[in-house]
Amino acid sequence: MTVNTDYLKEQRGQEWRVELRKKIKNKDRLTIERVKMPEMDPMERIKYQDKEVNLGLTLDAAMREASRCMDCANPTCIEGCPVSINIPKFVKNIERGEILDAASTLKETSALPAVCGRVCPQEKQCEARCFYVEKMKKDPVAIGYLERFAADYERESGSMSIPNVEDANGVKVATIGSGPAALSFAGDMVKLGYDVTVFEALHEIGGVLKYGIPEFRLPNSIVDVELDNLRKMGVKFETNFVVGRTASVEDLEEQGFKAFFVGSGAGLPRFMNIPGENYNGIMSSNEYLTRVNLMNAADDSYDTPVLKGKNVAVIGGGNTAMDSVRTAKRLGAERAMIIYRRSLEEMPARVEEVKHAMEEGIEFINLHNPVEYFANENGRVNKMKVQRMELGEPDASGRRRPVALDEYVELDVDLVVVAVGVSPNPLIPSCMPDLEVSRWGTIEVNEDKMQTSIPQLFAGGDIVRGGATVILAMGDGRKAAESMHGFLKEKYNL
Amino acid sequence: MNRIVNKQYLSENVVRMEIEAPLIARSRKPGNFIILRIGEKGERIPLTIADSDITNGTISIIVQNVGVSSKKLCTLEIGDEVTDLVGPLGKPTNVHKVGTILAMGGGVGIAPLFPIVKAFKQAGNRVVTVLAARSKDLLILEDEMREWSDEVVVMTDDGSYGEKGLITAGAERVIQNEKIDECIAIGPAVMMKFAAMLTKKYEIPTQASLNSIMVDGTGMCGACRVTVGGKTKFTCIDGPEFNAHEIDFDEMLMRLQAYVKEEKDAQAEQQ
Ligand SMILES: Cc1cc2nc3c(=O)[nH]c(=O)nc-3n(C[C@H](O)[C@H](O)[C@H](O)COP(=O)(O)OP(=O)(O)OC[C@H]3O[C@@H](n4cnc5c(N)ncnc54)[C@H](O)[C@@H]3O)c2cc1C
Ligand SMILES: Cc1cc2nc3c(=O)[nH]c(=O)nc-3n(C[C@H](O)[C@H](O)[C@H](O)COP(=O)(O)OP(=O)(O)OC[C@H]3O[C@@H](n4cnc5c(N)ncnc54)[C@H](O)[C@@H]3O)c2cc1C
Ligand code: SF4
Ligand code: SF4
Ligand code: FES
Repeated sequence: MTVNTDYLKEQRGQEWRVELRKKIKNKDRLTIERVKMPEMDPMERIKYQDKEVNLGLTLDAAMREASRCMDCANPTCIEGCPVSINIPKFVKNIERGEILDAASTLKETSALPAVCGRVCPQEKQCEARCFYVEKMKKDPVAIGYLERFAADYERESGSMSIPNVEDANGVKVATIGSGPAALSFAGDMVKLGYDVTVFEALHEIGGVLKYGIPEFRLPNSIVDVELDNLRKMGVKFETNFVVGRTASVEDLEEQGFKAFFVGSGAGLPRFMNIPGENYNGIMSSNEYLTRVNLMNAADDSYDTPVLKGKNVAVIGGGNTAMDSVRTAKRLGAERAMIIYRRSLEEMPARVEEVKHAMEEGIEFINLHNPVEYFANENGRVNKMKVQRMELGEPDASGRRRPVALDEYVELDVDLVVVAVGVSPNPLIPSCMPDLEVSRWGTIEVNEDKMQTSIPQLFAGGDIVRGGATVILAMGDGRKAAESMHGFLKEKYNL
Repeated sequence: MNRIVNKQYLSENVVRMEIEAPLIARSRKPGNFIILRIGEKGERIPLTIADSDITNGTISIIVQNVGVSSKKLCTLEIGDEVTDLVGPLGKPTNVHKVGTILAMGGGVGIAPLFPIVKAFKQAGNRVVTVLAARSKDLLILEDEMREWSDEVVVMTDDGSYGEKGLITAGAERVIQNEKIDECIAIGPAVMMKFAAMLTKKYEIPTQASLNSIMVDGTGMCGACRVTVGGKTKFTCIDGPEFNAHEIDFDEMLMRLQAYVKEEKDAQAEQQ
């Protein structure tokens, strides 16, 4: 997203910001240490699937952390944020104690700040571009913690502002899917006066936020508050509705829907296609996390079961792998292991999740790759063979490519969770032959507009990117809303 | 939403229900299924759409009471609502005119077979149906099947009705008596396995409709995976029907056992 520098400059020139900058010398700001996030004790927290690990900052700690920020004339941090949140403005509002103003600054650009503050890979985004990192080789301002703080403060204050909604224009639009991309699209469109319906295949709204990311990282109640706000703004939700099956896009057009946003996500789990992978006790991370998060399988009063293991191996090094392995630990695993074919440095997971996993006693078996599974007489997995790897030359992604060695190890396992990635959900492309898709099955869009080869169909999030982040998905939703608005205005003379 | 408008016992443990679901009634095709959930703590279970009525906006399902969730469903009465109902899911049956079809249905598999028999008949085929049940009172949909089949053979394990013997015995006789162009087999996995072996011997193309364990039913979890022709497929989006001669039934039988212990615990808890 492009950053509007004039606007930033004008805001930075406001009297209160100027005053605040003068209050503490930059030299002194630099000496303040980065705040530590208070956390639940590792041995205590592994007893609960649904208690959040990070406890959140106190007002004092947040204000102090905010005072580290230099309010840079050229705030590079904003360039690191996919939705260009006006970071110094919200941080300075925290420094001066105007937390609700900080929260509304976040909402200028982000539909779900309480979520992003928790799950964004800040160390690769905003915080990576902070002046402290780039110029001082020091720990960055804790932008993520502060974002979460402001959003939580607003929610808990009970004075959550419902954004203004323009007069209804009577034009019906729909989203296909209800993940972060669709939700941020819906929020923007309803503000512009559209009649928005969100269609979701599952029985709950939220996409990966509900069925994937566990509650110890992102409590459902936080997502629910955001959904409630959207509902209050007038967004309609239809669960148990598979677009393309329950009704086609053409059927919906007949019912008066003028344009669609496809945010159907990257739902298809990948397996490695190695011998024994279909034994019982080997499942995708999607299955494992869905059973536990969406279906509450860990709670015996719910009907859905989930297999429990003593020795659990999780294959992969991304967020999904960390979520699965930490879930296994919480469900009573004695050994919960990550099997990853590269080294710790190349792990795509958020740094904080890796740190938390280590504190919780997760074993990291890096530079190893599964090659075969074995089972007992009932077909339940009981052993796996892994191959040692070493790092070779960097590949296209810039990470060093793992090279297999002729060395193998056998591990006793009774549960294996495969978290080696997902592919785009093929449902919508498969029932719309005119829709252009890439070789990988992602929907092709014109990047500035997020418009597909079918003019009234826009798309964003994982179905376009093939697997990305919550904030990128939300950024796509916003961009699509803006350009769909332009498209409809012109077409229907709004 | 999802209100039950009719309920009828087909046998002691098999219930037919008609549920309001106008959109699904309109868009479903033979071979499609739905997933439903009873109560906020319920699990998602797949059931075939046995029939639909577009004018009334209803679908029919036929469910056998085998465990926790099917029991919850069977205890619902007319006027009650099903908490969640989604569909139609899965690929529809490839219904076409080929000549003579041999349809084999075992146990509650007769329910998913019914819409397929009806569709093949309507497409102008001769349809010979072999139905099998453990005993007479477990046999379902016989009249409906007779209405839409040119010939019906009934087999029971205990000989209490029709002929005594397994479904394959009845089917083999049909195959020996007339030229069969295609077969379809639906029932317990073991039955389908043996039906597939039989038709392979006679080299008759055969489809089987699998009742794998499912969670989402939209291709998202992989719980329903099966090996077909050496490749992993997802029953919910690639199936539920596959070329029976290529299905790894032994693996499927093993996978169906995945949660047996957990289900027993759950049932024990409910008692
Ligand atoms: C376990 C896990 C942990 C993650 N952790 C992080 C993290 O810490 N930080 C981060 O930034 N990102 C994380 N990600 C990635 C992030 O969640 C995704 O990039 C993001 O959710 C993509 O959003 P989306 O809106 O494109 O789709 P999704 O969230 O995938 O939602 C798509 C929704 O569309 C529905 N749908 C699909 N087809 C249809 C249809 N035809 N009709 C109706 N509905 C349909 C699906 O059921 C689903 O609910 C994680 C992902 C996983 C799986
Ligand atoms: C595409 C599809 C269509 C189906 N159509 C019908 C139908 O029309 N009518 C009908 O009665 N059933 C049908 N089934 C099977 C039905 O989904 C299961 O019987 C049901 O999920 C059992 O749930 P439960 O909680 O009552 O039993 P559980 O308590 O889960 O299990 C009871 C017993 O059934 C076995 N079992 C578990 N899941 C399945 C399964 N999916 N299939 C077979 N056995 C299983 C268990 O091993 C256990 O021994 C279908 C399944 C699929 C995949
Ligand atoms: S949305 Fe994410 S990347 Fe942007 S400022 Fe917030 S935490 Fe950083
Ligand atoms: S780069 Fe860092 S110090 Fe500068 S404005 Fe952004 S957060 Fe503050
Ligand atoms: S049931 Fe989840 S992928 Fe088929």
